[in-house]
Amino acid sequence: MPKRDLISIEDLSRADVELILDTAESFLPVLERDIKKVPTLRGRTIINLFWEASTRTSSSFDLAAKRLSADTLALKASGSAVEKGETLKDTAITLSAYSPDIIVMRHPSAGACQTLSANTEASVINAGDGKHQHPTQCLLDLFSMRQNLGRDLEGLRVFIIGDILHSRVARSDIMGFQMLGMEVTLVAPPTLMPRGIEEMGVKVEYDLANLKDADVLYLLRIQKERLKAGANFLPSLREYSELYGISRARLRPGQRVMHPGPINRGVEIASDIADDDENLIAHQVFSGLAVRMAILYRTIVGYSDGAVSGEVV
Amino acid sequence: MERTWSKSGPAADLLIKGGRVVDPEAGIDAAQDVLVTKGKVVELGKDLKPGKNAKVVDARDMLVMPGFVDLHTHFRTPGREDEEDLATATAAAAAGGYVAAFGMANTDPVVDTATVLRGLAETARAEAAIPVGFFAAVTRGLAGEQLTEMGELGAAGAVGFSDDGRPLATAALTRRALQYVKVSGRFVAVHAQDDSLFKGGQMHEGPVSARLGLTGIPSLCESLDVSRTLDVAEYEDAAVHICHVSTAASLAVIERAKAAGVRVTAEVTPHHLTLNDEAIAALDPNFKMNPPLRAESDRKALVEALRSGLLDCVATDHAPHAAEEKDVPFEEAPFGCIGLETAFSVLYGALVMNKALDLGTLVIRMSTAPARIAGLPAPSVSPGAVANLCVVDPRARWTVSAVGLQSRSFNSPWLGRELWARVKLTLAAGRVAWEDLA
Repeated sequence: MPKRDLISIEDLSRADVELILDTAESFLPVLERDIKKVPTLRGRTIINLFWEASTRTSSSFDLAAKRLSADTLALKASGSAVEKGETLKDTAITLSAYSPDIIVMRHPSAGACQTLSANTEASVINAGDGKHQHPTQCLLDLFSMRQNLGRDLEGLRVFIIGDILHSRVARSDIMGFQMLGMEVTLVAPPTLMPRGIEEMGVKVEYDLANLKDADVLYLLRIQKERLKAGANFLPSLREYSELYGISRARLRPGQRVMHPGPINRGVEIASDIADDDENLIAHQVFSGLAVRMAILYRTIVGYSDGAVSGEVV
Repeated sequence: MERTWSKSGPAADLLIKGGRVVDPEAGIDAAQDVLVTKGKVVELGKDLKPGKNAKVVDARDMLVMPGFVDLHTHFRTPGREDEEDLATATAAAAAGGYVAAFGMANTDPVVDTATVLRGLAETARAEAAIPVGFFAAVTRGLAGEQLTEMGELGAAGAVGFSDDGRPLATAALTRRALQYVKVSGRFVAVHAQDDSLFKGGQMHEGPVSARLGLTGIPSLCESLDVSRTLDVAEYEDAAVHICHVSTAASLAVIERAKAAGVRVTAEVTPHHLTLNDEAIAALDPNFKMNPPLRAESDRKALVEALRSGLLDCVATDHAPHAAEEKDVPFEEAPFGCIGLETAFSVLYGALVMNKALDLGTLVIRMSTAPARIAGLPAPSVSPGAVANLCVVDPRARWTVSAVGLQSRSFNSPWLGRELWARVKLTLAAGRVAWEDLA
């Protein structure tokens, strides 16, 4: 079986995506047991390479691998040979000597997963590369939607609001949401909206006037560095919050709020929404574990054999 | 006055039999034998007899054309001979049918004094398989501050002046350069780029960069600087050459300037004529160049402009990079690709075979026109001319591979691709520079 990478959400067909979500669902009972571990990937080796800061993604990949009984190895740029100037190619060759089954990587540069994949026999899973893609975030978002809003997401209207220009999550989510039949609208200040993005089949808006049409509001983090002098993406956080921040007053009943985290309270999301039980934010984090277990499992056993049998679990 | 140099060698004595001679300047497009004696074309005709030491080349079903001239090569010498030197670059050029090539000044050290230029000329006399010449920098160290001694550099044989790789950052600098270059009788070649719009750019800005999440380089980044440069050229009545034009917006600016009588010439690369930004999707660093591969609508406009003559010539922007420099994530890779060896094959296959461009026009854009811009006699296959010609098998298919290339580097976007048309023989300055005959 040739190795299978997951670099872009486009590497998956709709059937693959649904299989991952079904597989994740079948792992949920495991996570409710006292002994939250299955022997499924015993003897397999999974390496987590995080060249950029991460809490949710790195911890959930690590835990997902452990729940499946795989051996794991976690490496960060600081304290590794990267600090001595080792190239990614050489890091890939070095780690490949341990014959890992999967290397999960987050990297600041788009294209890093391709470089890694070209230099290892291991399957590469992209845990975020530059502003390019974050496919596992998209899959966990889809899982949270399916668990909370119903299995059929067809026709659901999602507004993705915030810094689209710099967001790898937005790009993966647009593709993944559309794959499952959702309608996507992007809302951002014009300075943070990529030119030509409407060719992805999304609606582009610069204000929240049509927010009432949304079933789901997917908020993106506004990073402080967009405010650096001379960058001129935004005049101030205050104005961003005023024009694009989501508080209870802007929501109608039934609208659900999502956010990939970490959140900026008082900027893109008001505390009343952040603390509300109705939002899916905590569920997204919860989903990360089951979905990443499913991704690791499918990457190793393949996408062709239907749902996970009870025996395997 | 000399402005190219190459190593010496025996003058060619050859009878090239039965090829289709395509030399639009001389009004020739017919099957002819070409007799080359002592490095000169002496006769064209049917059933010519070889002289007594002449080798006979069977050129049936092949094209015999004036050799090509490249106005935009990065020889990487001095300073980065691990990537390319004059011997490997000219071997690659000769294998691509080129009979002359001109190097840009962004070497280490920069070609900003006559001493460096004379040193290169000396190296060329020892190593270069075809005549090569050199641009000198517009500003010392390419720093954009102080003009080079253009008078002395011109006298030492600089073909022109360029800070290629860097734009002339201000209108004031552009103006001074276009004024002072007149002391040399040469021209300035401009890498048009508004740096304030370039910052952090990775690829063409548009739907593809939006989808991929790579920082875009807007077409405006180029056309704004082309516009400013040509306004200055008009004001100063100076000759200026625009390097590697990549956008339809720049073409519109150049068209207006030419109509107004501005003395502007412009070049376009084989990659901008045949590839578009969709090629970036796989994030292969060999497709990362500056200017970037543009939208399909830009590409089509470039082809039409090359056909019409709005774009005067093809230039490769041959930019070798060491394997370890390109074998990194796309966003970390340097800009540039090689092109000398593949230029004709790529353009023949993508444009001539698809009837987007006729062969005669391509020959003019690759040979006659760039030679004139450089101030060289145009290569010709007519009697009396020094033999500067190439013989190409248009039906030969070949696969671009790292091991088969003459260049020391192999950062080609066509790596692994099968191309049409292979150069079988190149005569440059009357000598055999490349031979790949069965």
